[in-house]
Amino acid sequence: MSYEVNGATVEHDEEGYITDLSAWNKDLAALIAKDENIDMNDEHWEVVNFLRDYYEEYQIAPAVRVLIKAVKKSMGKEKGNNKYLYTLFPYGPAKQACKIAGLPKPTGCV
Amino acid sequence: MNDMADTGEQTIKKFLYVNRKAPYGTIYALESLEVVLIGAAFEQDVSLAFLDDGVFQLMKGQDTADIGVKNFSPTYRALGDFEVTKLFVEKESLEERGLSEDDLMEITYEDEDDDWEEKPSIHLVNRSELAAVMAEQDVILSF
Amino acid sequence: MSILHTVNKSPFEKQSLSSCVAHASHGDAVLMIEDAVYGAVSGTAAAAQLEENKNISIYALGPDLNARGLGEAKLAEGVNVVDYNGFVELAVEHDKTQSWL
Repeated sequence: MSYEVNGATVEHDEEGYITDLSAWNKDLAALIAKDENIDMNDEHWEVVNFLRDYYEEYQIAPAVRVLIKAVKKSMGKEKGNNKYLYTLFPYGPAKQACKIAGLPKPTGCV
Repeated sequence: MNDMADTGEQTIKKFLYVNRKAPYGTIYALESLEVVLIGAAFEQDVSLAFLDDGVFQLMKGQDTADIGVKNFSPTYRALGDFEVTKLFVEKESLEERGLSEDDLMEITYEDEDDDWEEKPSIHLVNRSELAAVMAEQDVILSF
Repeated sequence: MSILHTVNKSPFEKQSLSSCVAHASHGDAVLMIEDAVYGAVSGTAAAAQLEENKNISIYALGPDLNARGLGEAKLAEGVNVVDYNGFVELAVEHDKTQSWL
């Protein structure tokens, strides 16, 4: 199972998470998002970029409260809540945003 | 008298994860860390103990690029984000291994109840202090 | 007939390294790999035993040291760091290999 993007083949698991984290790029992210019926806007990108930065530093996806805190900081108080994250990613920020960000499927209930 | 079920309150138990193995040579250290992270969702009173070879898990400067294994040491620094803020490291175990606190990663958390002040998560304790920590727990998980 | 001894267990958990050094003969080499590299840290009982034994040469595998955050500055005197190629060379130089598990 794989994504085809810009002539490159990127393997993914049965749920759509890419298996080689280093193969990620923005075009691939947009393609995964399309499969998830998400049209990426600046706020989606903001979340995805935060997830990637956090993973880079800690080798793990953040806890939801950490993500919310970060969103609050960058997008303002009214958007820094779980509900807003679900409007961006209807099937859950952990599941969908991590997949688009090219991170492994979160192990915990984050 | 308050019935706990009525208020929706849950009993919070004291959980201690005991880490006694070095990383990479066996899977115990990584398994422990994963269980701690999953368990964090249950919002219990969690502590981690590092003794015997477990103290090696917290060594700074770990670089696994040449052994083809994921370096999970940065994840200990994220524990505070999961409200795991008490890491007890046994002094005697460090000394027996030629180590001191300076050899360990700096691990901190932001204290919600104190204006998000950054505080150290690692507490150096001696053997008898660690025994006392073990004695006061409700549940102990061993790795 | 020289032997390359490899040890892969932490000296603080098992007696493998200690037993290995006690059984190594003049001209043998001891190579610490995986968790055994913790035995190369100076100031420990394990390192003292290595330093005592002048008849054997002592090696530790670099990639395993790096993985565990053990820089050269932490190593006991007389410990030689080798990479994977060095491991192979040691195996070639000695007549046989013995693993202390």
